[in-house]
Amino acid sequence: MATIQINVNGESREISDIDPTTPLLWALRDHLGMVGTKFGCGKGLCGACTVHLNGTAIRSCSTPVSAVNGLNVTTIEGLAHDEDHLHPLQEAWMEHDVPQCGYCQAGQMMNAASLLATNPKPSDSDIDNAMAGNICRCGTYQRIRKAIHTAAGNGGAA
Amino acid sequence: MKNDIYSYDLIPDVDMPAEFANHQNRRAAREARGDAPFMPRRQFLKLSGIAGGGLVLAFMMAGRSQSEAAHHKTGGQKTFSPNAYIQIKPDGEIVIAAKNPEVGQGVKTFLPMIIAEELEVPWESVTVVQSEIDKDRFGPQSAGGSQSTPRNWTPLRQAGAVARTMLINAAAAEWGVSAGSLKADQGFIVNPKNGKKISYADLASKAATLDVPDAETVTFKERSEYKLLGKFIPGVDNPDLVTGKPLFGIDQTLPGMVYAVLVKCPSFYGKVKRANLEDVKNMPGVVDAFIVDGNSVDGELSPGVAIVAKSTYEAFLAEKALQVSWDKSEASNESWGDLKELALDLTSKPGPVAEETGDMQAAIDGADKVVDGFYTYPFLSHSNLEPQNCTAWFHGGKMEFWAPTQTPQAIAGAVSRILGIAEEDIIVNQVRGGGGFGRRLINDFACEAAAVAHKVDAPVKLMWSREADMAHDFYRVGGFHNMKGTIDKSGKLSGLQDRTLIFTNKGNGRPVRGGNIRAGNIQAPEIPNVRIEAHEIPLIVPCGWWRAPTSCSVAWVFQSFIHEMATAAGRDHLEFLLEQYGEPRWLGKQTSRDFNTERAINVTKAAAKKGNWGKKMKQGQGRGIAFYFSHLGYFAEVAEVTVDSSNNVKVDRVVVAADCGILLNKSGGENQVEGSVIDAISTMASQEITFEEGAVKEQNFDDFPLLRMPSQPKIEIEWLTTEHSPTGLGEPAFPPATAAITNAIFEATGKRIRTMPISKDGFRIV
Repeated sequence: MATIQINVNGESREISDIDPTTPLLWALRDHLGMVGTKFGCGKGLCGACTVHLNGTAIRSCSTPVSAVNGLNVTTIEGLAHDEDHLHPLQEAWMEHDVPQCGYCQAGQMMNAASLLATNPKPSDSDIDNAMAGNICRCGTYQRIRKAIHTAAGNGGAA
Repeated sequence: MKNDIYSYDLIPDVDMPAEFANHQNRRAAREARGDAPFMPRRQFLKLSGIAGGGLVLAFMMAGRSQSEAAHHKTGGQKTFSPNAYIQIKPDGEIVIAAKNPEVGQGVKTFLPMIIAEELEVPWESVTVVQSEIDKDRFGPQSAGGSQSTPRNWTPLRQAGAVARTMLINAAAAEWGVSAGSLKADQGFIVNPKNGKKISYADLASKAATLDVPDAETVTFKERSEYKLLGKFIPGVDNPDLVTGKPLFGIDQTLPGMVYAVLVKCPSFYGKVKRANLEDVKNMPGVVDAFIVDGNSVDGELSPGVAIVAKSTYEAFLAEKALQVSWDKSEASNESWGDLKELALDLTSKPGPVAEETGDMQAAIDGADKVVDGFYTYPFLSHSNLEPQNCTAWFHGGKMEFWAPTQTPQAIAGAVSRILGIAEEDIIVNQVRGGGGFGRRLINDFACEAAAVAHKVDAPVKLMWSREADMAHDFYRVGGFHNMKGTIDKSGKLSGLQDRTLIFTNKGNGRPVRGGNIRAGNIQAPEIPNVRIEAHEIPLIVPCGWWRAPTSCSVAWVFQSFIHEMATAAGRDHLEFLLEQYGEPRWLGKQTSRDFNTERAINVTKAAAKKGNWGKKMKQGQGRGIAFYFSHLGYFAEVAEVTVDSSNNVKVDRVVVAADCGILLNKSGGENQVEGSVIDAISTMASQEITFEEGAVKEQNFDDFPLLRMPSQPKIEIEWLTTEHSPTGLGEPAFPPATAAITNAIFEATGKRIRTMPISKDGFRIV
């Protein structure tokens, strides 16, 4: 058992008495009560658990909490600057009504945010390649791509 | 007489709650389905209207009970609530209840839209809340068989129109004019003669004192007057979804909650002989571990070992330390390999004739050409991205659930049978489900949560791992079809025979869920001679309803084989397909469930036109078409593919023509169609569930892959505007997609795919 300190969405959080092998996913969900990050496969295959570690997308289901000790983690709850200023991806997701069941969408948006941070004007194939690790069981891929273009300010480009 | 086979219900699997009850408790099943004599719809609306005058309404929101009582009366002013669905408050707030479970089909948005349309209010002014589960007030509450739309179309319009009528009556009384001289307009009642207007909010107190009219007497808006239905309306939960708010079953958190798994025998229906419970109890964070006997009823409680821990991860870790000696004496020992061998042998021989129209033998004897084709498809898992889970809390003699289920009303009956808790002491809170696809029609996860919570003095969140989810699904049944078709001397399809196999539930002898195959599934009423021969194999492996049950698999067989026959006849597939419908007419009893060839013709022609049918394609490219009528919806789809020399298939474009009557929500509707097409490609690419010794071999998305973004085609949809009542869209776009694509692959390569998934024949979706 260990005590872990993580900066989650800009706030320092301490988790005491936790098995250091606990995946970050379950630390967030069960220990910190932040359930926006989702469990899909537990093996890094579906991307539902995607969060940012120091700004880069990682799969929280396959990252032990001990590996993020002292680091900066951003989750879907912290993607917006604040409640009145959502991230452009969140706005675009609503504009295009991307979600069906919506379960994968937190992971999709976190992954897309990581893409846009490094590639602000991605092409269709840039998006396809970057997002290939994120499964949407409902099949909202067409809208995800459109929404990423919108968030990137690519207008209606497809 | 050839039309007779089309006069029966073409959606045999629609009554899911009835099946769910496992034929053991027919009364509960009828009630869950909503057709019990407990309260006719008309009476139900009347009663709830009366109740609404003074009843405190408690709505449930995202798993949290939110009593509206505090707002019910404000300073002597009354909330106007003429029925269970609508509240108009004196402060102007308009609250509409969404009655059915939301699992991604958009029902939480489009059912309230129906009410808002007839109520005549701006959508922006409406707050949608998820309703509680109460069959007396809301009638059947389920998400299955694409039934939410057709079942609720009339009652929800009535709910809105009753309220609108009463608001008009209130204004008429206020102004001393006749109700007929007034009209409703976006939250106001206006008098066109003098331009006076009054808001619904200002009328609420007065309207609340009026008698609720009989729902059958109110008039609906003309469709030309619709302001909301048919528009692109984003989902009401979107703001919460994009910011990660707790909406789903898995997100529910209660004070003092513990986390549990129920470890089941890998082989279906295996029981626990003994387990190293003491070792497991010593694992870090484990609160308790015990054996659950289960009732071994299909769809209810499987036996297993419950592990309760302080966190999900500790429960999962403890599961790894668990050692169970299983009693497999009554468990499935089935293997997919053996079953396939048996099925292949059986379907190579004549079988019992299940249905025959005309004289198939005469068609064969007089044929110009006879074509044989053997089609087979595998079992599939639902793979909801949110693994099965359920939160349950046994407190004060009541069992309360937060259950991501498609059949919330069916939980009480099942849990009552298992634990002996009275049905009225079972409370089910609606939460969002991370995908349905038919999996959550069966409440095994809720039964498990109840069994654990019954023994634990704390709220319990029962969690399934992905591996558990894939190993203990209720699978889409696999199938075998030894097809024979005949072309007569005039080049027409004169006979069709399906020598098939029906898996029957070993428990009750009936076809497994989604496993019945009938001549009506062929949907080609002009074929004069049709014969279905059906062998039977009893099966223990649990089967369930999987998106467009039966249709999702047999549409591929029949729509592919008709293409084969067109090719054998040297005819254009489109022209040949249209010929199978015959003249535009409505078969059978001319209900929405009966095949309407006019609608079939229209969507087929529309898809062909939009899909550039007949236009030449490049070498290596192909275009295919397919049609299917399922779950009351008419869909034709044209697929365009490019296949390279290594059999890599790129699905370039899928064009969908749809007749679902009136389209309720353009956004939600298109989402369902796009998703269905993606789902079809996903399944046909390489998905297959196999089993050995009664245990499923596939475990996760590495060996049961789902389609990923780079493989998506361009999807284009044309909605045919018809005057028919609206139909649900969760399912009917799926069935034709697979055949359209394999037909296109044939056109591109000359290779006929008769085995699913297409990876079996060396094809790869890229």
